[in-house]
Amino acid sequence: MSTLAPTRRRAAGPQPPRPGLDRQVVRRRRQQFLETVAERAFVIALAFLVLVPFVLIALTALMSNSQTLSASLWPETFQWHNFVEVFERIPLARYAGNTLLYAVLGTLGTLLSSVPAAYAMAKLEWRGRHVWLLMTVGVMMLPPQVTLVPLFSMWASVDLVGTLVPLVAPLFFGHAFSIFLLRQFFLTVPQEYLEAARLDGCSELRTLVRVVLPMTKPALAAVAVFQFTFCWNDFLGPLLYVGNNESAWTLPVGLTQFRGSYQVEWNLTMAASLLAALPVVILFFFAQKSFVKGITLTGVKG
Amino acid sequence: MRAPGSLARRRGFRKRINWPAMGLMAPWFLGFGVFFLYPLLANVYISLTRYDLITPAKFIGLDNWRFLFQDDALLTGIGNSAWILLIGVPVKIAFAFLVALMISRVKRGSGILRTVFYLPYLMPLVAASLGFVVLLNPSAGPVNTVLSHLGVDGPLWFDDPGWAKPSLLLLDTWMVGNLMVIFLAAVLDVPQQLYEAAEIDGAGRFGKLWHVTLPAIRPVLVFAGVTACIDALQYFTQAYVVATSLSGGATNGAESLGYPNDSTLFFPVLLYKQGFRYFNMGYASVLALLLFAVSFCIAFVMLRRASRWS
Repeated sequence: MSTLAPTRRRAAGPQPPRPGLDRQVVRRRRQQFLETVAERAFVIALAFLVLVPFVLIALTALMSNSQTLSASLWPETFQWHNFVEVFERIPLARYAGNTLLYAVLGTLGTLLSSVPAAYAMAKLEWRGRHVWLLMTVGVMMLPPQVTLVPLFSMWASVDLVGTLVPLVAPLFFGHAFSIFLLRQFFLTVPQEYLEAARLDGCSELRTLVRVVLPMTKPALAAVAVFQFTFCWNDFLGPLLYVGNNESAWTLPVGLTQFRGSYQVEWNLTMAASLLAALPVVILFFFAQKSFVKGITLTGVKG
Repeated sequence: MRAPGSLARRRGFRKRINWPAMGLMAPWFLGFGVFFLYPLLANVYISLTRYDLITPAKFIGLDNWRFLFQDDALLTGIGNSAWILLIGVPVKIAFAFLVALMISRVKRGSGILRTVFYLPYLMPLVAASLGFVVLLNPSAGPVNTVLSHLGVDGPLWFDDPGWAKPSLLLLDTWMVGNLMVIFLAAVLDVPQQLYEAAEIDGAGRFGKLWHVTLPAIRPVLVFAGVTACIDALQYFTQAYVVATSLSGGATNGAESLGYPNDSTLFFPVLLYKQGFRYFNMGYASVLALLLFAVSFCIAFVMLRRASRWS
């Protein structure tokens, strides 16, 4: 798995010209060296450019509300209490609680339902397995809007619109992308381990839990961080199902409704936006390997 | 990738149902049926009715389908979505690929660069959209302030119908970290010998890129292309957040969607507006079926590749 880390060495850069070396070669090397330096400078400049929006958002979050409407970049006074005030102005803690509930239950449901399906698709032989793989990839590829109207009407008919149930419950019945991702991981488990477990008289479920899962912990972590991040940042689902019930709002829905009586208070909105982003960023720094592993596996083997 | 114990040898036995496998698959069988197949088919029925969620659905035949030809907003929605698909997707992929290529050549500190370019992707889409609304504010935003110091008259960005989509693309390009990480891993996976061989054959920098890197990572490019297209077809959150936060007080009125001048009325936004603001569920189902048809064609590229696995 060392290929995941970008560590490839490349023979670049200048080397002292040895006597007797062709002049042309020296010139060519110098040109190559200059090209490399220019490219590095460019990518580093680009990286700073990518960070600029974060800095500007943070600066806006620290301004007074009147200053956000002026053409100045630097806060006159750093209003750190903006980050406290957001909690008083909107029930940010409650939104965060709802989001956490959605993300934790959603992740749990996804793992519980997707792991067995992925295992059956990767490692067991049964009729229709191939068709189901195609259907799973198909579902993964379709926009959620396709099923929105009938699903909404279905949840409305059982009176669950306004709660988090319509967001969480489906995840307990399999999540196509997670099934696909886990299947890709399970394929890498050598068949011999499974045969050995079966010879010992293990049931399929037992083989899965005792043999396969301990070997694929990184995969479970990758799926978990993906699903958590997705739920935490999800907007369309919460907008639709809890948009009319403020007590169940999640952070993304709450952020869009953040306004004073007449206008948006941008300093507080930016402060709340940064706070909403924080948990996922922290999660990323703790689980960076899982993120990268998951992303690359979807792309590379997919 | 196929499990040993070849299929052919066991074919005779496979007529029997593999009960453990069925047990493991049961939740997904159920989920697929209830949360995907049923709604997909129900769309067809709802599209033939007048239905507003409150009064029972009333069968009206093909009226909703006929309305397709009278709906001016439909062409606007298709046009806007086509813009994202035909201009937005290539720009995003090209940018992600170039960044990945440059990072792959960096010897020290490439991990930090990768993290920096990935970071925006972690930002909740709503938060990032609101952030860009502030950054690109025409009069008081930092971007136009800097531009005016440089003597450039900045555009109205999200407030200008001509600039709204490019501004959204700017936001999307900023958040392209996911694609970049996929490309980076793929580029680093290209065997070094191929480059050496190409070098011996006299290939320059561009020759190596064209004849070695691109063919080697073709599957990844296809995957990324399909995924980006599907994302483009469900383009909603950014457009919704930007339009509703800029169009003033009438936030919950349907008219704020697509601001300014329907320039951000993408197909999914139109579907949402018809279904959940006007409660024309029948017509929204027609739109959903159209979306299904288009995305199925794009997903088909991916499915054809998937059919060669297992």
